Amino acid sequence: MSSESSDQVLDYPLRAPTALEPPAEWDRLRQGCPVAHVRLPSGDKAVLLTRYNDVRQVLSDPRFSRNLAQDGAARITTNEGGSVFENPEAASLAGGESHQRWRRLINRAFTVKRIQALQTKIEAMANHLVDEMVKKGPPADLVSDFAFPLPVWVIADLLGIAVTDRDKLAYWSNAMLTMTQFTQEEVNRAQMEFAQFLMGHIAAKRANPGEDLLSELITATDKEDVLTERELMMTAQGILVAGHETTSNMIGKMMSMLLSDRSRWERLLENPSLIRTAVEESLRFDANMGFGLPRFISEDTEVAGQPLPRGTTVICSMSSANRDESFFEGASEMKLDRTPNAHITFGAGAHSCLGQALARTELQTTLQVLLKRLPTLDLAVKPEELPRREGLLVGGIEKVLVRW
Amino acid sequence: MGMRVLVEYEKCCGAGQCVMVAPKVFDQRDDGIVVLLDETPPPDQYKAVQEAVTVCPGAALRLEESA
Ligand code: HEM
Ligand code: SF4
Repeated sequence: MSSESSDQVLDYPLRAPTALEPPAEWDRLRQGCPVAHVRLPSGDKAVLLTRYNDVRQVLSDPRFSRNLAQDGAARITTNEGGSVFENPEAASLAGGESHQRWRRLINRAFTVKRIQALQTKIEAMANHLVDEMVKKGPPADLVSDFAFPLPVWVIADLLGIAVTDRDKLAYWSNAMLTMTQFTQEEVNRAQMEFAQFLMGHIAAKRANPGEDLLSELITATDKEDVLTERELMMTAQGILVAGHETTSNMIGKMMSMLLSDRSRWERLLENPSLIRTAVEESLRFDANMGFGLPRFISEDTEVAGQPLPRGTTVICSMSSANRDESFFEGASEMKLDRTPNAHITFGAGAHSCLGQALARTELQTTLQVLLKRLPTLDLAVKPEELPRREGLLVGGIEKVLVRW
Repeated sequence: MGMRVLVEYEKCCGAGQCVMVAPKVFDQRDDGIVVLLDETPPPDQYKAVQEAVTVCPGAALRLEESA
């Protein structure tokens, strides 16, 4: 890196030209400035990594945690409440031994076997949502009619929340995450109502356990590992925060990528056995992943031959890493049959996405059901007019108008 | 010449990618940690195992040639 580029400080997040295209700077950064200095919305400084190997190295390093509620860590925004990354409550689950213990417990509900057993239910939910879309007739907004409800219904089922309560869960989740559309008062009320609902729900499961994850965690009393009431609450909240919006956004982006060049959709219609690899390639090709993952460098280290001193806040751009030409052949092309596809959309190492088998199954089922039920599906807007979701941390598309 | 699969269990984060890609060779315990079903898989499994090694998010899997 020349001293010239090292002195240059970019404002982060970088702007992309449209909802589906990457920011112009990525190529230049990967080639000439893999350890770039950036300024966050708070005004604090951080370092941005854009190459595959560097991003993977830092994300897999168990010493570095995403918890930015530490002395010296950069703040992302100046909001009073801070972002999800700065929440000290979540710190106990963010790293080290307590994280590992928690993860092993929760993982029981997320093994491939367990998720495969859920698949028929997910398919039924997806079919139900398509029934409703067909009843109303085209055009439809694939986000509000399908991508938004499906993952939250799945999480409701996972947590043993009744079908009659799942739309309440969807409302709370929406209010807690997409703050811009709601007043602060509505957000606070949603948080409180959700916490109260969860407390009641956990008590009900304690009295009368079912087949769900919470019941399983509650009744695991024969083991030493028992989660406290607080940990149970945080687990349920954490799963909703980590698993709803991410998956909803990804469904919207995947469908937009596949329909924006309709030959991709047609190829899947002809050959549905490509669904699995097409989902992986959509995860890799997603240029609109939002902020990236922050890590607090708690001990001196080195990346791309450059020293990263203790106290640095690093932003790992998985979307840029996923388009690194030195790792992926033809990285700027979407190849529906790419194998193997070691994208890092779900992170890497001890903290990599716990729900990835579930997310994959939801995305695969979405394609299966939509290809079968709505083969004539097409975008009802130009790809460059897809409205981006405005928000700092998550990327996504606000509305995906389709017809069939 | 065959292939032998090596697992570093302490690196496994239990996300089950290997089970999705090569279910004849890998399984998971209840808590998600990988179980090696076949340490020296037959040649028709090499491609799937190779893919699992590449995509494992924990970099917990390796392949080596066995005599
Ligand atoms: C396409 C959808 C999804 C994407 C792109 C995604 C992405 C990620 C990423 C990048 C991380 C790592 C965070 C870090 O290293 O700091 C993560 C963690 C996590 N994800 Fe996902 N996720 C998705 C869906 C889900 C679903 C469906 C669930 C569960 C219902 C889930 C549950 C979690 C949990 C609990 C963690 C924290 C794991 C830990 O700290 O050990 N995710 N996710
Ligand atoms: S893919 Fe890797 S990390 Fe995931 S379960 Fe298999 S061995 Fe473990």
